[in-house]
Amino acid sequence: MTPALLSIDSVSKHFGGFTALDKVSIDVAKGERFGLIGPNGSGKTTLINCISGALVNDGGSIRFEGVEISKLPAYKRTRLGIARSFQIPRPFGSMSVLENLIVPLEYVAHSGSLHLADTRGEAMEILKGMGLAEKADTLSSSLSQVELRKMELARAMAARPSLLISDEAMAGLSSNEISEVLEILFKMNAAGITIIMIEHIMQAVMKFSQRIICLDAGHIICEGTPEAIVANADVQRAYLGA
Amino acid sequence: MRFLTGSLILIALAAVAPVFVRLEYFYFAGFVVLQFIVLATAWNILGGFAGYVNFGTGAFFAVGAYTAVALYKWVALPLGLQILAGAATAGLLGLGVGLLTLRLRGIFFSIATIAITIILETVVMNWTFVGGAKGLPILRPTEMPLYFTNYTQWLFLVMTVIAVIAVAIARYIQTGWIGRGLRAIRDNEGAAECSGVPTLKLKLAAATVSGALMGAAGAPFAQYLSFIEPASAFSLNYAVNALAMPIIGGTAHWIGPVLGAILLGGVQQIVTVTISSEINVLVVGVMLVVFVVVAPEGILGLWRRYVLKKAGP
Repeated sequence: MTPALLSIDSVSKHFGGFTALDKVSIDVAKGERFGLIGPNGSGKTTLINCISGALVNDGGSIRFEGVEISKLPAYKRTRLGIARSFQIPRPFGSMSVLENLIVPLEYVAHSGSLHLADTRGEAMEILKGMGLAEKADTLSSSLSQVELRKMELARAMAARPSLLISDEAMAGLSSNEISEVLEILFKMNAAGITIIMIEHIMQAVMKFSQRIICLDAGHIICEGTPEAIVANADVQRAYLGA
Repeated sequence: MRFLTGSLILIALAAVAPVFVRLEYFYFAGFVVLQFIVLATAWNILGGFAGYVNFGTGAFFAVGAYTAVALYKWVALPLGLQILAGAATAGLLGLGVGLLTLRLRGIFFSIATIAITIILETVVMNWTFVGGAKGLPILRPTEMPLYFTNYTQWLFLVMTVIAVIAVAIARYIQTGWIGRGLRAIRDNEGAAECSGVPTLKLKLAAATVSGALMGAAGAPFAQYLSFIEPASAFSLNYAVNALAMPIIGGTAHWIGPVLGAILLGGVQQIVTVTISSEINVLVVGVMLVVFVVVAPEGILGLWRRYVLKKAGP
């Protein structure tokens, strides 16, 4: 097996008396398409908040490319190569779509040698790949839902990540739009980016993932291929309450 | 380049103004307008660019003023050094206020800045070396600098230079990567951090620069009035004006606070002379309400909507 790109070792997170994550351990390999599922409140978003640095885990360790990152601020983790999109899109609403991408290009990809970089050109290239080129000068707050989702992925790409965490990038989209976003994610993966997908839309996550972990109430209840996950009795119980 | 040329021309005009304009009130009023250009520009760096609304302009202004007064009384420090010292002390206060943004956002941050003003005012009221609550008369230097015959005219030139520096700094911040980072923070701090923006560092830098400029604006205050007392130095009017001017002018661009300060500061001076000094506070209030309702993006927003739209394709 290839060495793990991301190695989460017995990570816990408590909010007061509530245990959102209870000693969760996950390894994600380089280049993997990894699915994270679980019912509402199972701890998926808490876990990726701990990985991306929006939250600090209470116990355990998170190593990225062998480096312990659980004490680093979020921006440093982004600079190391972890990018994410948000469950509810968080555009920089006062900026154009292009400028939204220029922020990570300036602060991550070219921080330190900015004067040499053609950030506008690079941002435009990424937008073209996403099919958003004609929206480059549109104010990001006036985008449609699917465009916002794509822009979030484009902005994450602009940080030149080696690991992308996609937090419900398809929620609320039509089936055509879901295929569009899926295609983008497949393309990113083909370009060598490891992807963690959190998703409620089962067809999408089943089609996309090579391996899936199901969380419930802060515990991993099942891990395996999509087929194995669907057949698992614990997963069925967690989702259907049977 | 155009900006640099324009700045130098403005400073040169202020330097030769005494030859052409004899009316002393021009300098007296002009000083106040320039002072508000500095305050509004400084406020906008943290409030407009980064979205952290500071109600403590009075505190920064007074810290600059009292630092200058204390050093002037103690070792008769020259004006230039008084201003630098005032800026440095207020910059440190800014750094402290920047640290508040770690835990406080939105209205809670704003309330904390009011609290800081009240605390510092209470401290100064009990500081007898600088006159305490009853204030302290200041004797201006008897020797006039350079070719000046009138100290107010000299202060007018000094404040012009401070204003040009303040606007140049704001312009530098706004047009580059720092400004984009601050805007990202204002739009969505979490997303900014995940886009690699070191949000805390940028906020600390913005708060420090903003505070230092406010302190620089306050440093010549006692020399200007030949007197200083806490109630006027810590006045809430500074906070209200420094916030109203960028909002009226437009917060998105460095020119916004300048336009707002010239308009609002100018109108206030005219109203003070022609109607009453009490009414000028009312003017601020009314204009602020009108602009927030009619033109929430200020004069700049109106300009973009009506002038650029018509000219554009």
